[in-house]
Amino acid sequence: MTVSRRPRDSYALFLLPGVLAFLAVIVVPFLMNTGVGFTDWQGVGTPKWSGLANYRELLDDSEFWASFRHSLFMVVAMAAVPTALGLVLAAALFDYIGKHFGSRVAAVLRACFYLPQVLPVAVAGIVWSWILAPEDGSLNELLKAVGLGGRQQDWLGDPDIALYSVMGVLVWVQLGFPLVVFMAGLGRVDPQLYEAAELDGAGWWRRFRHITLAQLLPEISVVLTWCTIAALKVFGAVYVLTKGGPGGATDVPSYFSFATFFETTQVGYGAAISTVLTVLILLLSLAGLKLQTRAEDDGEGARA
Amino acid sequence: MRTALRRYPVLIALCLAALFMVVPFVIVAVNAVKSPAEYSRHGPLSLPEGLYLDGLKDFWQRVDYGQKLANSVLISGSVAVLAAILSVLNAYAIGIGRIRGRTWVLAFFLLANMLPQEALVYPLYYLSKQAGLYDTRLSVIIVFTVIQAAFGTYLLSSVLGRFPREIIEAARIDGANTWQVLWRIVVPVSRPTIGVLLVFFFIWTWNEFLLPLVMLVSNDNQTVSVALGVLQGQRLMDATMTDAAALLGVLPALVFFLVFQRTLTRGIAVGAVK
Repeated sequence: MTVSRRPRDSYALFLLPGVLAFLAVIVVPFLMNTGVGFTDWQGVGTPKWSGLANYRELLDDSEFWASFRHSLFMVVAMAAVPTALGLVLAAALFDYIGKHFGSRVAAVLRACFYLPQVLPVAVAGIVWSWILAPEDGSLNELLKAVGLGGRQQDWLGDPDIALYSVMGVLVWVQLGFPLVVFMAGLGRVDPQLYEAAELDGAGWWRRFRHITLAQLLPEISVVLTWCTIAALKVFGAVYVLTKGGPGGATDVPSYFSFATFFETTQVGYGAAISTVLTVLILLLSLAGLKLQTRAEDDGEGARA
Repeated sequence: MRTALRRYPVLIALCLAALFMVVPFVIVAVNAVKSPAEYSRHGPLSLPEGLYLDGLKDFWQRVDYGQKLANSVLISGSVAVLAAILSVLNAYAIGIGRIRGRTWVLAFFLLANMLPQEALVYPLYYLSKQAGLYDTRLSVIIVFTVIQAAFGTYLLSSVLGRFPREIIEAARIDGANTWQVLWRIVVPVSRPTIGVLLVFFFIWTWNEFLLPLVMLVSNDNQTVSVALGVLQGQRLMDATMTDAAALLGVLPALVFFLVFQRTLTRGIAVGAVK
């Protein structure tokens, strides 16, 4: 009697439901969207082939360029600032608070920073539109109470300020994610590295630069990639806080494509916008993956 | 001694920063128990004079909040379970079955996970109308089951790739077929990872906005996020109503946070570095 050695492709059957579901929900819609990007279509009737006309129009569309320019601001607010702040906070919580005041204190503080991350982004938007309201809003009232009444602003309604207000809200929302990842990463760093550096007389800053940063490289690359992609996709916060306004001052690609699809119903044009966004995100994902594998290899080399 | 004195400024600075993160929740909660008259008289910074709950009650009834909560629970719960099952099946074939071309299959799932929903939203809207599923909770459940399973497959595949092969070989020699190996051995052993996935799928789906906003137009089907987001978008709410909306939106998230805190923080670290 031989033990029946099944061909290993009998496992492929387990993949069948997944592959079918992915075809129906992701692959087919994605191909449709890409195809529609080459047509002139209002959502009813048959799409009319128009080749690259939509893309040519995009090049001259100042709204389109503005929305991607705002995306850069979102990357600063959701990737650059939270990563930098998260690194410093994680190092301080782990190194100082955890060691001198106990891990419980560090865990409670970490929980406070992480809390906004579990909030639905639409709800975070409501909380902040209420706080930033021009009349009766808590921020303006606070400014008045401390004698800075002259600094009161229409935080979300002034085209010069709205983008920065949205950025501030997004930093608040995003900060917890890098912090938690970095703190977990610090947990696997060999404490002897720090002790040795301390014995050698390295101050906090040098230990932070040469040990914390160097050891957290894999985490930093993951967080930066992940947060940059999230920043390019940001939709809910803009929808709830400003609807892209005032006067397009906070428009972002995802909101722009949403409005083009469902408000002006230029489906072909909207599809072209979302295709550009997709290409950008996929390129970033590939670059991020590369960076991540390299950082992991380096990290392993250093530890070996 | 000297270092002990130097430590406190760091602690105080971090506590202040943490306070800044939490303060928005506190002001929202404090103001939700003020009457509109009190709010307009003293503004948002005063302490409440008494406990006024009619504002919250009014808002609850006006938006039929119980129904919205039920919809969110139904959608997020179904997605969590179905997406976990789909992830397990996919990951079993990839991580343990080591099917041919698995690297490509895995890359495919990973890219599907990165794809922006903006590139799917119109065709999904159009197709769901054709299929008669538009404005049904089922349509949202189907779509998010697949989207969440993309991440779940990716994570579980790498976990199952390190599964001890001897256990599986031994079960095979005892005559277990592939199904039995999956349900009797692989699933029970991977329970911790599957648990993390369930929690994350639930919360992610709860927090989703764009696709549910497009797919669920009628009041009876909307989720908490969509209902509150649309209300806010219409700019029809006064300050006290907005505050009630904020508090009712925050509360479920706070409950999840307290219940799942450990899973969340541990899971994020696992997911990010896999």
